Amino acid sequence: MSQDETHTIDIIGKPSRHKIQEKIVTYFMLLCSSVAILTTIGILASLTFETFAFFQKVSFLDFLFGLEWSPQTALRSDQVGSSGSFGAVPLITGTLLISAIAMFFATPLGLLSAIYLAEYASKNVRAVVKPLLELLAGIPTVVYGFFAALIIAPFLRGGGENVGLVISSESALAAGLTMGVMIIPLISSLSDDVINAVPQSLRDASYGLGATQTETIKEVILPAAIPGIAGSLLLATSRAIGETMIVVMAAGLAANLTANPFEAVTTVTVQIVTLLTGDQEFESAKTLSAFALGFFLFIITLCLNIVALKIVDHYKEQYD
Amino acid sequence: MNSVVMPNELGTTDYQTELIAGKSIIQARDVDVFYGDKQALFGMELDIYENSVTSLIGPSGCGKSTLLRCFNRMNDVISTCRVTGSIELDSQDIHAPEVDVVALRQKVGMVFQKPNPFPKSIYDNIAYGPRIHNMTPSKVELDEVVEKSLKRAGLWEEAKDRLDKPGTGLSGGQQQRLCIARAIAVEPKVILMDEPCSALDPIATAKIEELIDELRQRFTIIIVTHSMQQAARISQHTAFFHMGYLVEFGETGDIFSAPKDERTQNYITGRIG
Ligand SMILES: Nc1ncnc2c1ncn2[C@@H]1O[C@H](COP(=O)(O)OP(=O)(O)OP(=O)(O)O)[C@@H](O)[C@H]1O
Ligand SMILES: [Mg+2]
Repeated sequence: MSQDETHTIDIIGKPSRHKIQEKIVTYFMLLCSSVAILTTIGILASLTFETFAFFQKVSFLDFLFGLEWSPQTALRSDQVGSSGSFGAVPLITGTLLISAIAMFFATPLGLLSAIYLAEYASKNVRAVVKPLLELLAGIPTVVYGFFAALIIAPFLRGGGENVGLVISSESALAAGLTMGVMIIPLISSLSDDVINAVPQSLRDASYGLGATQTETIKEVILPAAIPGIAGSLLLATSRAIGETMIVVMAAGLAANLTANPFEAVTTVTVQIVTLLTGDQEFESAKTLSAFALGFFLFIITLCLNIVALKIVDHYKEQYD
Repeated sequence: MNSVVMPNELGTTDYQTELIAGKSIIQARDVDVFYGDKQALFGMELDIYENSVTSLIGPSGCGKSTLLRCFNRMNDVISTCRVTGSIELDSQDIHAPEVDVVALRQKVGMVFQKPNPFPKSIYDNIAYGPRIHNMTPSKVELDEVVEKSLKRAGLWEEAKDRLDKPGTGLSGGQQQRLCIARAIAVEPKVILMDEPCSALDPIATAKIEELIDELRQRFTIIIVTHSMQQAARISQHTAFFHMGYLVEFGETGDIFSAPKDERTQNYITGRIG
């Protein structure tokens, strides 16, 4: 067949124009997405760099296993006495204590409301409650911080006094409970999605065998949804660990090494804030320690998020 | 065979067949079903005969599944669905207040269009029903029920070495037989099957059809199917539906060889549907 033979069906088109258009669109989109990616890489790089600088001054083991946190280094070289100690353990335990209180409080409430919403609530109730819960997630955390410092903490302290408990005005309990309220919508909304993703055919199978609604939820729906629920709890934990404003306002600055929820504790995020606010000498170990803490926090939440998302994704695939 | 010809609202006719051999176990009388304001079934009058296979046929959307789901009150699960009229199982009205749907569904089991094993082991899939109904106090008895059900469903040879493996790991046809085993493990009287072979290949379908024929000895089976050949092969009675009305009911042989209604004739010869 020769080239210039005329065809009745024309499929040749004008390649040049279409190809250029496609290319422009593709590169433009690539550019847009690389802004976010490059920024992330930049942040990570500076974080890593400063963290290395910090570990030139303070040993890695002292940081990771040291039991005392008091980052006051000498401001002038001739000053004596305060050389600073950078043991992160009290910060880590403080963070874990508060996160644990938050999860302990939020897990049952979040899960039960998810089960209620997904399985029991009528359409009308669902239409009201779900947006309300999601509204809760949209409240700025500084407002929760307020709430913790001005209402929860005094309330706990007053209540404690009445029953003979000493609860300091800044306590892990106040911060943990408020943070719990903050993450309830996160847990309930994610778990609600997971429960809804359990196929209707499994419910039908169970009802068809004569199971009651409670039996169906307990024996079929929850077991099928457990991996996804675990994923949503991990995401919530990672959120709690990274939360700052509430703890700044409610938990205090005292780096106490304690498991007592009635005492003031401090967290990794709070210390980063206090280290970097105000006038700081950039090269000092004190300032650099903030980067080390940030790096540490980043690694932990990154791991938690990756594991959680893996679990949730895997779970979703299972039923597609 | 005598038939009573009754005019209905559309001016067409319903054929009701009397005196079909065998004992009637379910009687539906004047059953209307609504989804919200929309009526899906109109004045359904139907008898289901014991230890026989009854197939429900008709074009898509004519209400076959809706009727099937009436028999074990699965329509209760759909909030918009409302059923009126009377359905009697062994001379008891299944909508009577003293009826427990849990007990009803134990007696009237169901197999669905798509195989839907629980994401549990093969053993636990079968044991699910007996456990919730407290039918088997001891592990030994439960083991026996599991084995007996799998044998009756023709799955024992294939499954006996992997009882602790997930039921979802079986092939489609095996999964459907697992679902049948799961349904018969609670000793039902009636088994409802909604297009149980539509997701299966011809070989798996043949196995299920063979199984249905065996199960007829112990159970009464009502099956929805889109395959005329299947209805002709496995059922003793056939009901043809059209747009929410029962058009014709009778012995399968009669329906396929000498349909009385023109719509039935058109449907089975492939002209509507
Ligand atoms: N859950 C529901 N909500 C509202 N309407 C429904 C619902 N289920 C079925 N219907 C309607 O009721 C009518 C009968 O539906 P049904 O599922 O019983 O038909 P069918 O004969 O089983 O069809 P098919 O052969 O396609 O399975 C249809 O018009 C359908 O749209
Ligand atoms: Mg159907």
